Amino acid sequence: MRGLIGRKLGMTQVYDQDGVRIPVTVIEAGACVVVQRKTRERDGYDAIQLGFEDCRERSLTKPAAGRFRKTGASFKRRLREFRLEDGDENLKPGDAATVEIFQGVSHVDVIGMTKGRGFAGLIKRHNMGGGFMTHGGHSKRRVGSIGQCSFPARVIKGQRMPGRMGNVRRTQQNLKLVGLRPENNLLLVQGAVPGPQGGIVLVRKACKKKDKVS
Amino acid sequence: MVAKGIQLIEAENMRAEGLPSLAIGDAVKVHQKIKEGDKERIQVFSGSVIAMNSGGARESFTVRRVSHGVGVEKVFPLHSPHIARVEVERSSHVRRAKLYYLRELVGKKARLKEKAREPRSKKKA
Repeated sequence: MRGLIGRKLGMTQVYDQDGVRIPVTVIEAGACVVVQRKTRERDGYDAIQLGFEDCRERSLTKPAAGRFRKTGASFKRRLREFRLEDGDENLKPGDAATVEIFQGVSHVDVIGMTKGRGFAGLIKRHNMGGGFMTHGGHSKRRVGSIGQCSFPARVIKGQRMPGRMGNVRRTQQNLKLVGLRPENNLLLVQGAVPGPQGGIVLVRKACKKKDKVS
Repeated sequence: MVAKGIQLIEAENMRAEGLPSLAIGDAVKVHQKIKEGDKERIQVFSGSVIAMNSGGARESFTVRRVSHGVGVEKVFPLHSPHIARVEVERSSHVRRAKLYYLRELVGKKARLKEKAREPRSKKKA
């Protein structure tokens, strides 16, 4: 299995064997359940669909609840698909997916929705400098010049301006996997991951660091 | 609120024993393990505790001393395995949680008043 659905619990620090502090994000990943197995013949591609977090039947629509009913699995709130990996061919609905799949994995990618900042100005959104705060500065945090005059007589495409910031899907690649706690479904990942505490994240084996085993 | 999973991880990284009961204003000697190549030695840093920051396994304390006329402050993680031992030599009578005002003071003014030792029995009650 390539990855799991999880919940970001927050950050803390752990000590490694040399006594060096490592900043880690704790992710509660799983236990997930295989909800559907998509096949090339039926769906056009091979994948498994995982479910995370139990919910009541009445919080689902009837068609959605029917999918769980068919396999007799418990009702799940979150569904995500992962492409098939070698050894996944025989997975069937109802099979569990736990953090054990990361056993022996050195790095992971974590995907999440970043925190929403609302309508943000230039300084926060694009790290611009802004104007003078003193000496009569009248464009303290405002947009300055956005281009020249009669040539090119237009604003260049992609000009950075204020606007909605955050709440977009972001992938943080190649985060070092510091620890596993299978009994509590916990993953310890070095560094920060996108999203707020309690946000839903996808954790998958690192795409670009496959061969390295810690 | 701290999530249960985090509490669990922090509990693993906390030292169960050998922790000193520090208080603000204490004169302490911190024995710090320092690795140089393969060798490990112990360095002692003595000074007074001017701040403590709580937070589970991330708890830390700041020790200040004046060395050769220059103020030196070190922040130690309380649960770090590098801290071999902390000796409390004296306790002081202080009225603040953070003694940052000591940074502005030099010489005799930067002294802390020693705390009159409380009787043991009274402390427990």
